[in-house]
Amino acid sequence: MTSIEVKQNQDNACVNLHGVYYRDLNTRLCELVNEGTRSLELNNACGQRYIGTSLKGDVKITINGTPGNDLGAFMDGPSITVNGNVQDCCGNTLNNGRIVVHGHGGDIFGMSARGGKLFVRDYVGYRAGIHMKAYQDKKPSLVIGSTAQDFLGEYMAGGVLVVLGLGLEENETHKANFIGTGMHGGVIYMSGKVEDHQLGKEVAKAELDESDWQVLRPLIDEFALHFGYNAEEIAARPFYKLYPKYLRPYGRLYAY
Amino acid sequence: MKTFLPSKFIVDRIEDRCIKCKVCITQCSFDTHYYDADDDQIKVRNQNCVGCHRCVTFCPTGALVVRNNPLEYRQNANWTPEMIEDIFKQAETGGVLLTGMGMDKAKPIYWDKLLINASQVTNPSIDPLREPMELTTYLGRKPEKATFDKCGNIEVNVAPQVKIDVPLMFSAMSYGAISLNVHRSLAQAAKNMGTMWNTGEGGLHSSLMEFKDNTIVQVASGRYGVQNDYLNSGRIVEIKIGQGAKPGIGGHLPGEKVSADVSLTRMIPMGTDAISPAPQHDIYSIEDLSQLIYGLKEATRYRVPISVKIAAVHNVAAIASGIVRAGADIVTIDGMRGATGAAPKVIRDNVGIPIELALAAVDSRLREEGIRNQASLVISGGIRNSGDVFKAIALGADAVNIGTAALVALGCHLCQQCHTGKCSWGICTSDLALTKRINPEIGAKRLSNLLRGWSLEIKDMLGGLGVNAIESLRGNRLHLRGVGLSAEELKILGVRAAGE
Repeated sequence: MTSIEVKQNQDNACVNLHGVYYRDLNTRLCELVNEGTRSLELNNACGQRYIGTSLKGDVKITINGTPGNDLGAFMDGPSITVNGNVQDCCGNTLNNGRIVVHGHGGDIFGMSARGGKLFVRDYVGYRAGIHMKAYQDKKPSLVIGSTAQDFLGEYMAGGVLVVLGLGLEENETHKANFIGTGMHGGVIYMSGKVEDHQLGKEVAKAELDESDWQVLRPLIDEFALHFGYNAEEIAARPFYKLYPKYLRPYGRLYAY
Repeated sequence: MKTFLPSKFIVDRIEDRCIKCKVCITQCSFDTHYYDADDDQIKVRNQNCVGCHRCVTFCPTGALVVRNNPLEYRQNANWTPEMIEDIFKQAETGGVLLTGMGMDKAKPIYWDKLLINASQVTNPSIDPLREPMELTTYLGRKPEKATFDKCGNIEVNVAPQVKIDVPLMFSAMSYGAISLNVHRSLAQAAKNMGTMWNTGEGGLHSSLMEFKDNTIVQVASGRYGVQNDYLNSGRIVEIKIGQGAKPGIGGHLPGEKVSADVSLTRMIPMGTDAISPAPQHDIYSIEDLSQLIYGLKEATRYRVPISVKIAAVHNVAAIASGIVRAGADIVTIDGMRGATGAAPKVIRDNVGIPIELALAAVDSRLREEGIRNQASLVISGGIRNSGDVFKAIALGADAVNIGTAALVALGCHLCQQCHTGKCSWGICTSDLALTKRINPEIGAKRLSNLLRGWSLEIKDMLGGLGVNAIESLRGNRLHLRGVGLSAEELKILGVRAAGE
């Protein structure tokens, strides 16, 4: 096991990730959390996978650098702030907690999330929000500042996905095609231009009503707070919502 | 539209035995029997009968006979009645033909072409009634070699192992596809017999947490019910990539089956379709698989072995090698005769390869590459009796999963109506009136009896070979001979022809 440089101060800890192998790191992080550390600052992150995987409880983690794949996978409660970009699979099957990315995200961002909140300042890769689902009081939210790549919200079964379109040029359309393919639950709120051919065939488009704004506005406010935007300006942008045309898109495929 | 489909079965009622008790009416979940008040007679809708024999079994006077409809088409080796009727169905609906259970076609069953050796004169056989016989099996990654410290003590640094008392486990069958009472029966039987049952991909019902030491929890493409507590409720975590009945495709649990309780364990709202995508979208390569394997190891803090389950397909040996190198501790391979709660018929009957060939190919490949010790090999897909189990272990399996055989022990008559959700035996349904038909205590007893019977038979066969531990049989293909097999088949199976 590599030695890990940790500076502890009451329930805070500062960890230097330079040259640290992920398995050793996560073992150490678990120990620190079990010992009662409630606030962790991880510096010099460079591709370490699985940071925060399966962590539980009220823990705040700040990561400076670039964490690796599967950041916060299966996580159940902690809040992670990343000052940098994140790679693939961030928030994989997230159960609860918050991940705030001051940068951009990789592919399958928030895959299969069942709860919690995810905020990305810039753009994300392919298949963001794929198969997000909601259950009882659990309702995941994923807010993307700029735009996303293809298959955004594919198979979406629940939760809220927001794409703000910030930074798109005038008349520039969003990058994603096949948006919401196979969607059968949840809702996507978008601002910025999307052509009809970019939408999955199971998706319908509509204006927002009062109840939509009750969901969207707090998310815009939180996004603005995290990244220093003016919430009023974002909320003044034209938004539309995408929702599933059918709750059972594959109900009529079978003979017997 | 008028259906051109003839009845599959004819139900004959022997009138002088019938006491009009109406048991047949209440037992049939397909509305085949009905009471005609005008005639004071119980009558039959033959077209509804699926041949499940529920009414026959429960008729107190033995008044019912169910037989095949003797309807004779003009003889045609190409256009069998099944082919004709399938076309009728699709012409009437325009849909994908859906079916349940495993492939029912007459594809070669290699178990029946493999024969087991026994000792005669030159080495003595052993009588298991008086001598100890060892069936204990350990699943998990085994060390490359024993290492010793400076004092000569053996260094124990073994990856997590799971001990099973018999080399038999229950296949993955999800809650939602099968009922909670069936899950409880399987879990209790696994506990009684010191082996494992598998949740399938539908999550674990909270009332079954007491069986956690005998539970394999599954993570599949839908990620239903997958969260921290669930992952840490199993002795093994299994990543499901595919299953033998429907390699390469996902599944749709229709909203009708997502009852209040099913919604609790799947963690989705009641009445919504549970769609399992065909691939896991975080796994597009062996490297990605490795990422999920280690993700689950992290999530379980390296306490449990991780299994990866795949369907037996053409390049299974190379794929299995990749899975082992990706870090899996157990590779589970499901052959083309493996069953399902619902699959497109064309896929069930045409995709995949027999488990016997896949097993032999995988075991040989892992040995050639010197990595066989790195993972245990578990196989499934149409295992019918202890003879099949015995041959599988001789071909190289560490353990065998049984699914169909377990359901048959609970009453399944293989009527292949699993996808309708109307299982009259109360197994493959979430209809609360039907699920009551399985009593978990009796179910567990029946399943334990089956495992006990097979264990005794396996010990008998081991004794006959002159060995006293299942470990001595494992991968020992010299104990097998083939009959009626081509040279190529014998080569793949790695066995000699009978007489050689």
